[in-house]
Amino acid sequence: MLHPITAVHYLALSAALLLIGTVGVLVRRNIVIILMSIELILNGVNINLIAFSKYFHNVIGQIFAIFVITVAVAEAAVGLGILIALFRNRKTVVADEVNLLKW
Amino acid sequence: MVNTIFFYTFAFLTLVGAVLTITRRNAVYSAISLIVSLCGVAGLYLLQSAEFLFAVQIILYVGGVMVLFLFVIMLVNLDEAARQPQFNGQWLIALVCTLGVGGELAYFIMKGGTDFELAKVPDMVPSAGNTERIADVLFSQYLLPFEVASVMLLVAIVGSVIMAKRRF
Repeated sequence: MLHPITAVHYLALSAALLLIGTVGVLVRRNIVIILMSIELILNGVNINLIAFSKYFHNVIGQIFAIFVITVAVAEAAVGLGILIALFRNRKTVVADEVNLLKW
Repeated sequence: MVNTIFFYTFAFLTLVGAVLTITRRNAVYSAISLIVSLCGVAGLYLLQSAEFLFAVQIILYVGGVMVLFLFVIMLVNLDEAARQPQFNGQWLIALVCTLGVGGELAYFIMKGGTDFELAKVPDMVPSAGNTERIADVLFSQYLLPFEVASVMLLVAIVGSVIMAKRRF
C-alpha cells in the first residue's frame, strides 16, 4: 500500500506549499502574516531544489538552496524594518489601510 | 519503509503548519505554526540527505528569522489588527491563481513523472561528506555569487537598521 518515496512526492509537496503561501499572500490583510507566507513560498522552492539535487546526485541544487535562504533572510529583515517604520508613522499593520500610493 | 513513514510525517507537519499559519487570527499563533512547518521542512532535508541544509534551516530559520518575527510581533501592536477582519475578500483572485498554477504544476509533475523517470525509486548513495562537497563547490565554482550574497546581506543589515531608526 505504501509506495516508496520518489522525487514526484517531493515535487507535489513543494507545489502544495507554494500554493498555500500564494493564497496567504493574496487573502491576508496583516502584513506580518503576508511576510510569513512569503517564507512559506521560498521553502517550497527549496524543497524542489533539494529534491532535484538528490535525483540528479548533484550538489549544486543545495548551493542554490543556500542562496535562496540568504535572500529570504535579507527579505525578512528589510521587510520587518519597513513594517516597523510603517507602524511608527501610520499606526497600522493592515495592508488595506496603506493606500497612499493607490490611484 | 521507514523512509516512507518519515516522509508522510514530515509532510503532514509541513502542510498543517502552513495552513494554520495563513488561517490563524493571532499573529503569535501564526508564527508558532510557521515554526512547526519549518521544522517539517528541515526533516525533509534530512530525509533527502542534505544534512548541511538541515542544520542551516534549524539555526537560521527557526533560530533566527522566527525570533525576528516574534520580536516584531511584540514591537508592533497587533491587538487592533486582530480585532479587524483578517481576510481582504480577494477569494476569487486567490481561487483563480491557485487553480491555474496548481493545475499547471499538477500536469507537469504528472507528465514529468513518466517522461523523465522522476517516479523511479532513487538508489541510495552514501551521504557522508555532504558539507565538504557543498564547501568544495561553493568556494570554487560559485565563489562570485557567494561574495555577492555577502554584500547583499550587508546591504540588508544597513537597510533594515536605517528603516527601523527613529529619525531618518
